[in-house]
Amino acid sequence: MVHRLPRVLLTLVAVAFLVLFVVAPAVNVFAQALSKGARAYVSTFYAPRVQGQEKLPLKERRALSKEQAQAEKTRAAIRMTLGVAAVVVPLNVVFGVAAAWAIAKFRFRGRSLLVSLIDLPFSVSPVVAGLVFVLLMGRQGFFGRWATQFQWPDLASIYWKGFAESAWPVGAANWHSGVIFTPLAAVLASVFVTFPFVARSLIPLMESQGTDAEEAAITLGAGGLRTFWKVSLPNVKWGLLYGVVLCAARTMGEFGAVSVVSGHLDSNDTMPLRVEKLWNEYNTQAAFAVASLLALLAVVTLVLKTLAEWKTRAADE
Amino acid sequence: MRPRGANTAMGIELRNITKTFGKFTALDGVSLKVETGELVALLGPSGSGKTTLLRVIAGLETPDASTGGAVLFGGEDVAARHVAARRVGFVFQHYALFRHMTVFENVAFGLRSMPWRQRPARGEIKERVLELVRLVQLEGMQGRFPSQLSGGQRQRVALARALAVGPKVLLLDEPFGALDAKVRRELRRWLRKLHDDMGVTSVFVTHDQDEALEVADRVAVMNKGKIEQIGTPEEVYEHPANPFVYNFLGNVNLFRGRLSRGRLEVGDARLAIPGANGNARIDDADGTNADGTNADGTHAVAYVRPHDLEVARTGNGDSILARVNHVGFAGPFVQVYMTRQDNGEPIEAAILRERYRELALKPADAVHLSARHARLFSDDYSI
Repeated sequence: MVHRLPRVLLTLVAVAFLVLFVVAPAVNVFAQALSKGARAYVSTFYAPRVQGQEKLPLKERRALSKEQAQAEKTRAAIRMTLGVAAVVVPLNVVFGVAAAWAIAKFRFRGRSLLVSLIDLPFSVSPVVAGLVFVLLMGRQGFFGRWATQFQWPDLASIYWKGFAESAWPVGAANWHSGVIFTPLAAVLASVFVTFPFVARSLIPLMESQGTDAEEAAITLGAGGLRTFWKVSLPNVKWGLLYGVVLCAARTMGEFGAVSVVSGHLDSNDTMPLRVEKLWNEYNTQAAFAVASLLALLAVVTLVLKTLAEWKTRAADE
Repeated sequence: MRPRGANTAMGIELRNITKTFGKFTALDGVSLKVETGELVALLGPSGSGKTTLLRVIAGLETPDASTGGAVLFGGEDVAARHVAARRVGFVFQHYALFRHMTVFENVAFGLRSMPWRQRPARGEIKERVLELVRLVQLEGMQGRFPSQLSGGQRQRVALARALAVGPKVLLLDEPFGALDAKVRRELRRWLRKLHDDMGVTSVFVTHDQDEALEVADRVAVMNKGKIEQIGTPEEVYEHPANPFVYNFLGNVNLFRGRLSRGRLEVGDARLAIPGANGNARIDDADGTNADGTNADGTHAVAYVRPHDLEVARTGNGDSILARVNHVGFAGPFVQVYMTRQDNGEPIEAAILRERYRELALKPADAVHLSARHARLFSDDYSI
């Protein structure tokens, strides 16, 4: 009973802090997004052509087509965000699992250096990271000559062409060239910024589990690949989900690095960049509407993250 | 019951194995031969290299190449053979069960990992796994996860999993180390019976001398990366080769002194060394005076087991004087804890209950001690 006052005070401070810095901004995001009503909210993302649009007075027609063009750009930004994440997350899962596996289960020269390198993105400002990519791959950069001519296929345009023409059965209709100021740059920047997440969430888990189970699998005659798929990976699956969720959330929310390498081209916008553009165009409601999607994403992330943490603990007991 | 494939047991031979981890020498030129179908215990304190030796046999550690050591299974050098190809069953101290798999899946793992040409058919795997589950007395529990089992049950699953692939050699690392005393005693008797039924050449590591002496055919006592002595449990217990083995296998009292005509002068007292008629022998491993020459004047230490100490109310002037501190009643003997009167060193004796009643010992009583049996080692051996 003696310590009741400090306890109450501390709880109040914590709650007040959370309300001020988390709840209030979140509520504000949704309030602003819905400030012009549900219809306006929806038309931020989806504004179909109105029947008989051509016959409307010029002013209304212009307003409508502007709204439609904006909605199209917003949808493109959402597609871009999901597309970047769809490439970045698998890459970093492969890298993170490989790095964590090497660090936790083996002793080799340069191991501690690798551990520090994995933490590098945490200590480097994303803007600086983006700038480094621009300096390396830009026209005057070290890889400039190669990077400006580099051809890469548009993922959405990849199709199956069969074996009739050549032994390589996949083709792409659209090709992009260059790295900086293209979506590929957004992928590279996001890979750099988010690669610690998977590795960092797996290393402590793998280290605490030791190598007993793997050694048991080997003495039972299992090869390296089978040991990995059947023993190591299932043992860390919830930790991996945790890492994937964090990595995906950070990729979709990344602003600084992606902003620098995007060249502020509309076609390179991800959702956070789109929020900024809408805001700069004094389109407050639309900016908050896009931001509300990111806020919802944060909620989903939080739920999945809690679930993964809970499952990891349950699996350890 | 003998699971198929388990009848191909073979002997193991280790020749001059050395293993260093950085500057630490875990194994220092160890040679060991395990006969086909034998159960050998590697006994020693922690850090003595016993687990490393077991892991070298399994192939989980590679011995240093510089000393030209060799591991032979059935006379064949397996140095080049990968762990997976050695066909050893390894039981880990903390079971190392696959916790996301059921008991059935754990036991079946080895069979399912076989190359597809050797792999038994699905039905056959099921049959063999269930047979093993029965063998380790876990019938009906094959659907459970390791977390739903007790420690003893988990260890039995680990054993069944190791036996499933029909190993030529079974290696157990402190198999009962993490279990409570009662379960340990049950399991080690069960393991002995299982070994007798299956006849697989087995090596197990333990730091518990009771376990080693009770279960094994032969015991190898290890210290600082070397085997100090290897022999049947009776040999190592009754005839320890050196002070380390003496000390490690059961309690012992040490009396330092100088030899004089078949007796050890310990302070003012003289400890008669039974069996020594005039010429006391020093039983050192390095052979000092082991030929029975007169060792008079040499400094020596007498090793006397608690049950070899004679406790009496009166003495003849030669006996060692001590004072009773405490009397314990655990087990069939009565333990008498005493302090030597001349130098205050602690002494422990184990006497029969009748003798205890006869003497009616109480704390602070003065007693006279003599040895029924003692072994002498020279005084320069450090443990």
